Amino acid sequence: MEKILDVKDLEINFHTFAGDVKAIRDVSFHLNKGETLAIVGESGSGKSVTVRSIMGLLANNSNVPNGQIMFKDQDLLKISARQMEKIRGNDISMIFQDPMTSLDPTMPIGKQVAEPLLIHNHMSRAKAMERAEEVLELVGIPNAKNRIKDYPHQFSGGQRQRIVIAIAIVNYPEILIADEPTTALDVTIQSQIIELMKELQDKIETSIIFITHDLGVVAGIADRVAVMYAGKIIEYGSVDEIFYDPRHPYTWGLLNSMPTLESKKLYAIPGTPPNLLNPPKGDAFAPRNEYAMAIDYEAMPPFFKVTDTHYAATWLLHPDAPKVQPPAEILRRHELYHKYLAEQAKGGVPADAE
Amino acid sequence: MTKYILKRIAWIFITLWIVATITFFLMKLLPGTPYTNQAKLSADQIRIMNEQYGLNKPLFTQYWVYIVGLLHGDLGTSFQFNNQPVTYLISNRIGPSMQIGAQAMIIGTLLGILLGAIAAVKQRTWVDSVATFFAIVGRSIPNFVFAVILQFFLAFKLKIFPIALWDGFSSSILPSIALAMAPLADTARFMRTEMVDVLSSDYIELARSKGLSSWQTVAKHALRNSLIPVVTIIGPMAVALMTGSMVIENIFSIPGIGEQFVKSILTNDYPTIMGLTILYSAALLVIYLVVDILYGIIDPRIRLSTTGGKE
Repeated sequence: MEKILDVKDLEINFHTFAGDVKAIRDVSFHLNKGETLAIVGESGSGKSVTVRSIMGLLANNSNVPNGQIMFKDQDLLKISARQMEKIRGNDISMIFQDPMTSLDPTMPIGKQVAEPLLIHNHMSRAKAMERAEEVLELVGIPNAKNRIKDYPHQFSGGQRQRIVIAIAIVNYPEILIADEPTTALDVTIQSQIIELMKELQDKIETSIIFITHDLGVVAGIADRVAVMYAGKIIEYGSVDEIFYDPRHPYTWGLLNSMPTLESKKLYAIPGTPPNLLNPPKGDAFAPRNEYAMAIDYEAMPPFFKVTDTHYAATWLLHPDAPKVQPPAEILRRHELYHKYLAEQAKGGVPADAE
Repeated sequence: MTKYILKRIAWIFITLWIVATITFFLMKLLPGTPYTNQAKLSADQIRIMNEQYGLNKPLFTQYWVYIVGLLHGDLGTSFQFNNQPVTYLISNRIGPSMQIGAQAMIIGTLLGILLGAIAAVKQRTWVDSVATFFAIVGRSIPNFVFAVILQFFLAFKLKIFPIALWDGFSSSILPSIALAMAPLADTARFMRTEMVDVLSSDYIELARSKGLSSWQTVAKHALRNSLIPVVTIIGPMAVALMTGSMVIENIFSIPGIGEQFVKSILTNDYPTIMGLTILYSAALLVIYLVVDILYGIIDPRIRLSTTGGKE
């Protein structure tokens, strides 16, 4: 599969009065053409910082001591601000989290949607407005023709997020970065937005990086999943592998804390994430991990291969590590997954795993 | 919109009537009489003069006479200034005051907005420090000190402008600049704060993500949004300019109206006090109306939708 974006050994620090916060610690991942990669993790795990570095929109107090972000044979970390402006909103664009605050309250929405066209394509104003209208229709703003002169406050939250999406896709970007696009919306609107994004992905053939802390959303949209913790990716694989055969205790904890129809009490991972001013030298999750071994406090685990597409950074996968029993919920998932794989191997109709 | 403006104009007249009424009765409570040399006047002379000016009539009759005159555009005759009609007195003197007031307002707000915006965009750099320094200096040094400094350097030393004279546009520049310092400093400080806030907002990040350069982002998105609260201070600033202009008019010997106002109060020149109070109130009310209309133009959220913006 063709890699459209390749992030290698990325490190990002933020300078603060207390010292340098090591927000991103040696992160590598790639995005295949046409796929949706979900990056999941709790607040502060570095998801947003990672994608902002791809957009070149990091805060002023950040610095990138190491790493590469390869897109079309160029390193986005090395190109000039002018070159980055040409890529932003054209080849790579972004959908933001809060639709209530991400639109300019003093500009009609048609103009806001048309803006990327005017900057990048040197389109005439009339033609750009026509395109804006089409795209607004495409994202599901009813009666778009009569509403392009309306202002953001005249739309509901869900409609505003559709407008934000329209702005992001108006130039048919090759990569669409969605930074928790459903977090600020209520549940019914959430699923509508997810459906819309899937539809659009087919129509405009874009690749998506989808950031979220909501695993339920991931299951609905992602092809592959990367799990982040304390500025590092700790496990990645196909969506089935992560959901039904997870290997890192943190991923177990995340899945375990998702409510299911059977769950009587909601599980919570004990403790809090480490302070990244002084990151631990071993596995950052060790203090919260009931399966932690002595080595977890001493050395950072490398990635161990589970399958060709599935890797996890935990010492539990080391050949010398003792076998441990994952939580019951994870075992249940294993079982479902193996049943599903067996049925697929028999050539039967691939039953939906859940 | 037209309906709203007409309604507001009707309210302006009602407010003016209330102002006229309150001022009329308060003014009568001022100690003293309109006669500066009362001791030398005989009782008869005072009686004759009171009769002539209608001051012997009951208070409510006087009030009634004044209001009727006001409705006819007659503000009475000044006691002090050579028996001139107050309307004549005002119309002769209002021009220069209005001119330097308006010029100061334009210089102050435009430069203030520019200075504040630059400081915000370049925040925490030397540019920001210089702009902040200017704002503090502009705010803390009284305008008459500025006036004298300007006179000394630009008029006395360099002879670019006249020192103190009222003759054409060139003579209005120095007083306008002196008067503009405080509003300039205020606008700049306010603008900087707002702009810093706006620049860290989500829609600015989205604008950047579209591929706009940082200056395009400022021009197209940040400026207008930062202006909304700045418009708020324009009203009070206009008041400051109107009342503050008296000293400046004196320093530059401008035949303005500020001096008359102070003199009329000191000498119980009732018709002149009334006339100028009503004039200042009217000017203020009109400025507030303009500010409110400006609001609607800048911020669509408070645009007055008589036609119904929503479906």
